[in-house]
Amino acid sequence: MTTLDSSKEIKKDNNDVSEHHEDFRIFGLITFLVADGMTFAGFFAAYLTYKAVNPLPDGAIYELELPIPTLNTILLLISSATFHKAGKSLQKNKNSDSQKWLIVTATLGIAFLICQIFEYFNLPFGLTDNLFASTFYALTGFHGLHVTLGTLMILIISWQTRSKGGRITNQNMFPLEAVELYWHFVDGIWVILFIILYLL
Amino acid sequence: MPKLLNKNYYLILIISAVFGISFWIGFNVNLLPPEASINAPIYDELFKILFIIGLIIFIGMTIAVIYSLFKFRKRKDQFGDGIALEGNLSLEIVWTIIPSIIVLIIGLYSYNIYDRMGGMKELNHSHEMIDSSTEKIWAGISQASNNEVASNNLSVEVSAMQFAFLFNYPKGEFISGELHVPVDHKVSMKMESKDVIHAFWVPEFRIKQDIIPGQPTILNFTPTKVGKYPIICAELCGPYHGGMRASIIVEEESDYKDWFNKNTKTEVSL
Amino acid sequence: MTISIDSQDSNTKSLQPKGWLRYLSFSLDHKVIGIQYLVCGFLFYLIGGTLASAIRIELASPMSDFMPRDVYNQVLTLHGTIMIFLWIVPVVNGAFGNYLIPFYVGARDMAFPRLNAVAFWLIPPSGLMLVASYFIEGAAQAGWTAYPPLSITTPQSGQIIWIMSVLLLGGSSIFGGINFIATIIKLRRPGLKLMQLPMYCWAMLGTSLLVVLSTPVLAGTLILLSFDIVAHTGFFNPVLGGNVVVYQHLFWFYSHPAVYIMVLPAFGLVSEILPVHSRKPLFGYTTMVFSIMGIVVLGLVVWAHHMFTSGTPPWMRLFFTIATAFIAVPTGIKFFNWVATLWGGKISINSAMLFSCGFIINFVFGGITGVALAQVPFDIHVHDTYFVVAHFHYIVYGGTVFIIFSSIYHWFPKVTGKLMSEKLGIIHFAITFIGFNLCFAPQHWLGLNGMPRRVAEYDPQFQFVNQISSIGALLMAISTIPFLINIFLSIKDGKNSGDNPWNALTPEWLTSSPPPVENWKGEAPLVEEPYGYGKPISKEN
Repeated sequence: MTTLDSSKEIKKDNNDVSEHHEDFRIFGLITFLVADGMTFAGFFAAYLTYKAVNPLPDGAIYELELPIPTLNTILLLISSATFHKAGKSLQKNKNSDSQKWLIVTATLGIAFLICQIFEYFNLPFGLTDNLFASTFYALTGFHGLHVTLGTLMILIISWQTRSKGGRITNQNMFPLEAVELYWHFVDGIWVILFIILYLL
Repeated sequence: MPKLLNKNYYLILIISAVFGISFWIGFNVNLLPPEASINAPIYDELFKILFIIGLIIFIGMTIAVIYSLFKFRKRKDQFGDGIALEGNLSLEIVWTIIPSIIVLIIGLYSYNIYDRMGGMKELNHSHEMIDSSTEKIWAGISQASNNEVASNNLSVEVSAMQFAFLFNYPKGEFISGELHVPVDHKVSMKMESKDVIHAFWVPEFRIKQDIIPGQPTILNFTPTKVGKYPIICAELCGPYHGGMRASIIVEEESDYKDWFNKNTKTEVSL
Repeated sequence: MTISIDSQDSNTKSLQPKGWLRYLSFSLDHKVIGIQYLVCGFLFYLIGGTLASAIRIELASPMSDFMPRDVYNQVLTLHGTIMIFLWIVPVVNGAFGNYLIPFYVGARDMAFPRLNAVAFWLIPPSGLMLVASYFIEGAAQAGWTAYPPLSITTPQSGQIIWIMSVLLLGGSSIFGGINFIATIIKLRRPGLKLMQLPMYCWAMLGTSLLVVLSTPVLAGTLILLSFDIVAHTGFFNPVLGGNVVVYQHLFWFYSHPAVYIMVLPAFGLVSEILPVHSRKPLFGYTTMVFSIMGIVVLGLVVWAHHMFTSGTPPWMRLFFTIATAFIAVPTGIKFFNWVATLWGGKISINSAMLFSCGFIINFVFGGITGVALAQVPFDIHVHDTYFVVAHFHYIVYGGTVFIIFSSIYHWFPKVTGKLMSEKLGIIHFAITFIGFNLCFAPQHWLGLNGMPRRVAEYDPQFQFVNQISSIGALLMAISTIPFLINIFLSIKDGKNSGDNPWNALTPEWLTSSPPPVENWKGEAPLVEEPYGYGKPISKEN
């Protein structure tokens, strides 16, 4: 849509410019995700520098168990696929299907968080034990915060995708698309985090 | 044609005047404190060159701006616009390439200066104070080659804390609040901080090195002039940062030995 | 168009009677938000300026006698933080960006008006919070760089409030940046090509890219720092095995681009002002665009030149020296182009023009000391001394603040429909220019000869030069008086300026002054040649 077309819809209230532009709202969201990604990039850079420069004190444990994070990676990857399904269903105007897929996605997100918390409780180190521990908790915690926010947003949009009286429809897909993009972004960050933190 | 020649003549005159003034100022105005180490004359050479180039550009640009404001000011009877000149590719290429060359030459030249100061030398692993191989050492400027440092040098351990420097002379087993060094001898310091970041700065020596907690740092220098110079902490370290100073006393070798022996004896008698 | 001219007028009128009240509201109008940024920023400038005066009073004598030492450190921390995060960044980006960008792209508002209002309203509370921290348990006292371990060991409450405040301001800055990028890329009027945009759009695009790429890193760093302070983790605490230099790398990854976030928009603004008052097209538009983008790219890879004495490895020093020095090339191109813009023009010597030319002279000086500082061996002697203080004040005050004043003189008729007094404007310029140079030029000498920065006491041999500097600071403080008188008198009974007092060709002047709520009566004009002076398009006007 072009600027002048949009201005036709403005009428007296110029506040609604953003309501009619799918394209640049997604564009804005992408810019925001780039910014968010840079925060993670900063954390990753700090972590890698620490690993290269600052040796851990003797006896510090920094080998991580792999089963839970691997399960978590699988959970998140599946959740990305289910979210994609939800979007496809909505495009075909099948609101109730879309809602189901969203609830599955949210459940996977919650499962991820439960696993993450379970891992925290079973780790041999605490937040302030050493530099590796602190960086580990900061990175996974900051990512967990993103997952928590994402899960909440998925629950909200799944309510709004309901067949009767829901705000999100075939015609107004922006909220769903936005959250989907965000969710894929959080997944992508997790994959990088998994590789850097657990595998390297 | 004579008019054009006239114009070029003035331009050449102005440019040579700018160069002349800049070189004169560069060679005759001294903005720096006295030179008291091997580093200092090398530093001052770089400073002079940068100062002259900077003056030429600054005076030239200022004259161009003020001249334009005067020459092209709008007179009362004038209306309308100036010439519709939107750009000139060859001119723009010229003032891209010439600054690039200048910047590149300055960069290479300052690399050369830095190398002569000893900044590009690798970490000095044979340094006598570094015993444990696991300890990581950071290096500041050093003029010492690996072999040189090995035997007859002076080593001092510097500890910086809020808000003082302490100088430990390991060979004499005493601690001093003043840094005494003999003239024309290479001094090696291993610096450590007890609390926050400090910096060791001697303006007359043109050396400065941050003293970062957790990073023992080596700094070498060779004083060349007898005298008393300030050691200044240059990194904000707390309320008394401004008062965190010490003195470095450069003396003749015999005086230094007297001072050293005097202190060593008192230490032994204790 | 569904908007008839009548309805637009009545809309404007219905908002006008309550005039100033809408500047205190959660307005979504980009023009109102722009003015909000400007006035809010200026109030913080007055606070930051008062703090600067306090510093210069303290430094008029070599002893620490005007205020307690820890208060002095709080004052210099607040001065730096307020001037950077609450005055220059919000004003030169937020104020002028919000006011001008929608006009320049031919839109009726920014891409995300609500986000825009949120971005502004984050600023006053976080600014007040920062100032208020002084009255709680003392403000932060580790300098605006907040280097650990000092920032971990100084009193906690001030430092934590400082971190929160900077995080909020960083958020505001990121929201603003997203908005500018979306507006410039996506909201352009149909038919308007990127290479037809006024230069300020390009400057803001470059700046916003830097904001979006670098500010989040600062946010992450400060979050880690706050963990160190509150939860006693050891990221930057060497006692707990942390690494101080990592903080410096992450901090300067934002804070060096921050310098370009502060000066690039000024480069854009001066590119708008010079052509109008010298009645000539902007010289070398294309090279100007490429030099902005060159500065953006280089600006992201030079941060470690702030750390030449921090024990960085030699190869790193060499790389950052060369990269930093090369920023001088695109910057130099811009300055040569501006002088070429003046050359052969018909220059009206007015307040806006004088401040712009003052900017060129000051910035060239600051740029030259900048190239010198980029050289490792040079930097080692003057790092953390008054030489550096003088250098960056030449950049941010002599550069950016001069342009802020120039822009206020230039766009005041646009915002109010009234002319400012040229006499007072020229007095303002003269006092500012003399005061500024008197204050900061001697500080180069101080730094070279052994006065470190951030000290409350110094060697008595420097007293005379410090007093000259303090007199300069006094003049700078006085210079705001004619400016404020000028603003108030001109708002009250300034001469009517008409819609386009400068006969400018950039789009914002092609609507009424002050502009209607949705910017244009009817369709937005298509301005293909914003700098077409001396061409037929200009003669028609």
